[in-house]
Amino acid sequence: MASPEVFVQQILNGIQLGFLYALIALGYTMVYGIIRLINFAHGDVFMVGAMTSFFAISAMELHRWPFKLWPGINNTAGTLLGSITVIILSMITCSLLAVTIERFAYRPLRAMPRIAALITAIGVSFFLEYFGALPFVYTNNYITYPRPFELTVLRAEDIPPWALGLVSGLFLTTLTTYFVLNGLGNRGNSKAALLRHNPVIQFFLYLGGLLTLILSLVVVLPSSGIIKWDLTISNVMLVIMSISVFLVVALQYIVTRTKVGKAMRASAYDKPTSRLMGINVDYVIAITFAIGGALAGAGGVLYAIAFKRIHHLMGILPGLKAFISAVLGGIGSIPGALVGSLTIGMAEVLSAGVISSPMRDAVAFSLLIIILLIRPQGIFGEAPGEKV
Amino acid sequence: MVQKLKSPAVFFFTGALLIFALVQFLIETGRLNAYWQTILFWGAAMTMVSLGLNLIYGFNGQFSLGQFGFYALGAYTSADITWRWVRGDPSGLVVVIGGSILALLFMWGVASFLKRFYGVSVFTEFVFHAFATVAGFAIAVKYLRPLLGPAVYSFIQSLPEPVGRQIVFFLALLGGTAIAGIVSFLFGIPVLTLGSDYLGIATLGFTIIVKVLLDNSDTILPFPEMKGARGMVGIPKWTTWPWVFVCFMFVVLFMRNLLHSSVGRAIVSIKEDERAAALMGIDVARTKILAFVVGSVFAGLAGGIRAHDQGFLHPTMFGFLPSFNPLIIVVFGGLGSMTGTIITGFFWVFLLEGVLRLVLPTGFENWRYVIYPLVLLLLMLLRPQGLMGRYEIPFLRQTYPPVRKAAEAKA
Repeated sequence: MASPEVFVQQILNGIQLGFLYALIALGYTMVYGIIRLINFAHGDVFMVGAMTSFFAISAMELHRWPFKLWPGINNTAGTLLGSITVIILSMITCSLLAVTIERFAYRPLRAMPRIAALITAIGVSFFLEYFGALPFVYTNNYITYPRPFELTVLRAEDIPPWALGLVSGLFLTTLTTYFVLNGLGNRGNSKAALLRHNPVIQFFLYLGGLLTLILSLVVVLPSSGIIKWDLTISNVMLVIMSISVFLVVALQYIVTRTKVGKAMRASAYDKPTSRLMGINVDYVIAITFAIGGALAGAGGVLYAIAFKRIHHLMGILPGLKAFISAVLGGIGSIPGALVGSLTIGMAEVLSAGVISSPMRDAVAFSLLIIILLIRPQGIFGEAPGEKV
Repeated sequence: MVQKLKSPAVFFFTGALLIFALVQFLIETGRLNAYWQTILFWGAAMTMVSLGLNLIYGFNGQFSLGQFGFYALGAYTSADITWRWVRGDPSGLVVVIGGSILALLFMWGVASFLKRFYGVSVFTEFVFHAFATVAGFAIAVKYLRPLLGPAVYSFIQSLPEPVGRQIVFFLALLGGTAIAGIVSFLFGIPVLTLGSDYLGIATLGFTIIVKVLLDNSDTILPFPEMKGARGMVGIPKWTTWPWVFVCFMFVVLFMRNLLHSSVGRAIVSIKEDERAAALMGIDVARTKILAFVVGSVFAGLAGGIRAHDQGFLHPTMFGFLPSFNPLIIVVFGGLGSMTGTIITGFFWVFLLEGVLRLVLPTGFENWRYVIYPLVLLLLMLLRPQGLMGRYEIPFLRQTYPPVRKAAEAKA
């Protein structure tokens, strides 16, 4: 590593990669948590998400629709609206795809040994990859991805002070609110105790915290002369961070607060008993696949926006790394998937910087093996119960 | 005194010899051209790899995806030995064989030293064994290479050329299997303590690590002749049908005899119930490692065969996608059925690389991988227990001792 400056810059890049992995890892961790299946086709659902958005952008020009509809629209708002449409389209396509895969490849095998479903997962994965390689689908070449919005590298002077003030103000407000509610909750106010885990508060807490940290590294510290680093962040990174945090918080809300989420947790814990309690387990599993697929679709679009090249085999390695991040964080746990992904992303980027870029996969997997040996259930996982 | 052979054995060996003679005849008369010969040898190699996986997963119940990593290690090691040899450099041979012998000796010493203590942690055991291995190979590189290299070279060169070549090829195969075995032993000590899915992921990680290392073999590792991601060329094509046949029969007979011994019963019992096996006094950790090492050794041997048949090695041959092939073959054939693995192993290569390549028109090679997953899906939906289930031909079938039969009859 050349200098601490490069090191910190690499950590920032690692955060971006880690958030992308987190979006895929959540689908893995939920599916594994509920039906104990390593869903090897998940990485290819991610690829399909990227490809769908490619077609939506290049063939249908879906990201331009606000400009066509309202010619006088503000540029920023139009781009934002168009990009969100593209992402939502990919999410819907991928969740439909994931549900279809579940219906035709995994559900008929649910009563069979687990290896049968694993083999069909591999089969589905091969199918998606090589069907995509056919000349009339995506071709087997690298495709340059047309970004719906341009990547701009933000330097310290590009970030307006009001944005910085807004972010830190938001963070401080949510932090204060959180602590006030926490205090009230500890005194026995049950409403406050519930409210402190409100998704909106959580969202601004996580995102605001991260943004404050990063912006203060990039802007405040250099301008006040404490450090003299020239760190950069891109707008793509900010978008990836905010969308990922938003989706993670939404997911956490769905899993812990809604009826479906409760049914999901019950099914993951004990399927026969959940059935007896009147839960439609098949429906719950389908919902799990739909959510996982939607997250992978969003991840695919963001990955394509960040790295600008897509390929019919692009899902394999990110998918695998997302899975190992899920294992690293403790499989079945949503915060675990996030923490594991950030760890893997940073380890990968740092090893690409320190050792050599091709060694990043080896480093990620070595890290996994080492962690598995020290703590087999992962960082956030619970120790497996003794089965006698 | 000649023991009277039982009829299944007579059938088996007569059949094997007939197949050997038939194929040899076809090759000599030129009816089996080079293309189909390659398919046949490839099928044999793939079957050997899959038999190893069947021993690990089908019979011992350890879900491993690392089989192709050991295949790659065996292939590259033996290829490197012969590559250097035909260019007048005996160091590969001396270092691999000498280093393996030294490492095994040191490991034996370490094992007998560790035996004196109770409750040695896995980590300690691993570190000691790893140190012994590194020491063995370091000594081989530093001292054995200059000491023995010229002598070995001039000795084998003084033999007639065909004889010398066979000896070197044999030693190269041995070296590949030795490396695969030693690495699998070291890797198996810590990793086999993990539960089934975690073991699968860790071994998959091993495959990917091996692949990445092979990709960088000319930059990070000091093997410029492997040419990293560009692929290793110029490996002598020494694999012949007798070699393939002998290695294949060795694998089948070794596995059969292992499974029919008391160790084999221990291996199967661990798959059925690990805890009960431990209560019956079986050393679970040791038996698991044994099955893992034997399975990986088969893969290493197959790698040597394949490398010297093709004459070209590339890291993508051992990448993520192909590494599922042995698993698919084993599950298709039927978990815990040697017959099923042998049949599907040959059939798989025959179909996917032989027939479909010829049947499909040019430009449609990629369709193979679109049709193949559909077949995979259909077969799993229709026959989840595999084509053969747990059927074995009589020679491979395990016969239980008469006591057990009497007890079953009473019950």
